[in-house]
Amino acid sequence: MTTDTNPIAMAAITSVGAAGMPRHHLAIFAALFVFLVAAPFLLYPIFVMKVLCFALFACAFNLLLGFGGLLSFGHAAYFGMASYVSAHAAKVWGLTPELAIIAGTLVAAVLGLAIGSLAIRRHGIYFAMVTLAFAQMIYFFSLQAAFTGGEDGIQAVPRGHLFGLIDLRSSEVLYFFVLAIFFAGILLIYRIIHSPFGQVLKAIRENEPRAISLGYRVNRYKLAVFVLSATLAGVAGATKAIVFQLASLTDVYWTMSGEVVLMTLLGGMGTVFGPIVGAAVIVTMQNYLATFGDWVTIGQGIIFVVAVLSFREGIVGVLAKWIRKPL
Amino acid sequence: MFELLGIPPQVLFGQLLLGLINGSFYAVLSLGLAVIFGLLNIINFTHGAQYMLGAFGAWMLLNYLGVGYWWAVFIVPPIVGVTGIVLERVLIRRLYHLDHLYGLLLTFGLALIIVGFFRQFFGVSGLPYPPPPLLNGGYNLGFMYLPNSRAWVIVASLIVCLATWFIIEKTRLGAYLRAATENPTMVGAFGINVPLLVTLTYGFGVALAGFAGVLAAPIYAVNPNMGADLIIVVFAVVVIGGMGSILGSILTGFGLGLIEGLTRVFYPEGSAVVIFVIMALVLLVKPAGLFGRSV
Repeated sequence: MTTDTNPIAMAAITSVGAAGMPRHHLAIFAALFVFLVAAPFLLYPIFVMKVLCFALFACAFNLLLGFGGLLSFGHAAYFGMASYVSAHAAKVWGLTPELAIIAGTLVAAVLGLAIGSLAIRRHGIYFAMVTLAFAQMIYFFSLQAAFTGGEDGIQAVPRGHLFGLIDLRSSEVLYFFVLAIFFAGILLIYRIIHSPFGQVLKAIRENEPRAISLGYRVNRYKLAVFVLSATLAGVAGATKAIVFQLASLTDVYWTMSGEVVLMTLLGGMGTVFGPIVGAAVIVTMQNYLATFGDWVTIGQGIIFVVAVLSFREGIVGVLAKWIRKPL
Repeated sequence: MFELLGIPPQVLFGQLLLGLINGSFYAVLSLGLAVIFGLLNIINFTHGAQYMLGAFGAWMLLNYLGVGYWWAVFIVPPIVGVTGIVLERVLIRRLYHLDHLYGLLLTFGLALIIVGFFRQFFGVSGLPYPPPPLLNGGYNLGFMYLPNSRAWVIVASLIVCLATWFIIEKTRLGAYLRAATENPTMVGAFGINVPLLVTLTYGFGVALAGFAGVLAAPIYAVNPNMGADLIIVVFAVVVIGGMGSILGSILTGFGLGLIEGLTRVFYPEGSAVVIFVIMALVLLVKPAGLFGRSV
């Protein structure tokens, strides 16, 4: 997965702000923050929270695909399993929402470590098939395990009190909790991408044999980014379970893995902001076309085909080309 | 009445037979994937949808044209193959110069479109396909009852698998194919039309999926979703076997079907995941797959 943009060369010509972040990135983050603070007063808060959860999911996925060059076709496993664990922790164990989310995230991290350490033994499309197959195994496990509630899922998950103090039943209050999680996740991913670790990842993506010959332990880097990506996908899934008060089989099914690939591809893989845009577009499409049944699936398939054939940079990738700066 | 490990023999052999039938489908489908992968270097995610197309093809022939099962066995696979050839010529061909992962994403999108259309127009409840009279009834083998319909699936897929093996390993066309897999530029330099070979290979692999679909129609309900979950198991089969060898794909397919059947007897809860567990073990011990050449 090569990109036309050369991040290192571009960073050299981009003016850098106070925080070590290029000024235009700082401006976009600020604008995004202002918009998202205002959003619950302009839009339906539940809808925006859904977008935020999927945007974080897609950004976590993009960390692996866009920067690690690894196409996982089974990210629903981490998203969905974290969602189940978080729902179970909040409902049955009575944990506060932040602890429930942490529990879900930890399980996603362990799962990512287990599956990742097996999957990185193969490359390319085999890697994609292995991750997909393991995710299907997690799906069958969820279908049969007692705590997941089978076809019903875990319903009526209590939103609870944040830190045992702040009542989250009001969607407006919950929104700012979700917003904080989203921003923490996005900024962490931004930090990872722009760290020396992130630079090594890009080197592995561009030319793995060369990275090996330079003395990097490539498999450790790949496993690390796999676990990080699975963990952050887990944060998104766990949060989603609290927001919708529901964890279901949809979250662990392969269609979910496909959706996150689509969001990332459409928004622009290997860009910082692309997955956010992609998630917003896809979630909006699902929301407004929900009454058309299977036409949503057909529409997603068509977007896939068009994006792969003639729009591989994605929305944000094309914008980045126009303004000649990495986004 | 004797018992094996506390299991009545009818149950044991019955499940082994079911396993062998599943194995037949794994073998034919993974063979198609392997043939396509060998020359095109893409993983054909549309394979599950094309298997479904085969089953629907048989159903449509019967319900719209009154054409029966035995004709469908010969008519439907070439038709499904031709739809594959159209896809290859119009869409997939444009991606050969790119990373192979784009081929996976494109065929995934195509699968969504095809399955979505069939769900929209035929629903998801499943359509019955009555087995032809010849396949009703069966033989009592003494230790178990062998229904004709099941015996036919196993025999037919074995024949198709071995014929495919023969074409690829023993004929001149197969020699071109294997040569083009190794070095397409060189084969082209010898005056062989490699792009045509690629198109026909894709069509052939897809036709195999269509053939499996026709075989599945009388056994399972004809349903738009029938290929989706199956194809993921087949991916695991392909990872276990590796795609280097034709006979390897066939053996792995039937073998894993049998193992799945055995699991259903001794540990039913594990039957849905046993193939994935085996995949994990194979990745630990022999990452290239049982018959694979490279990682």
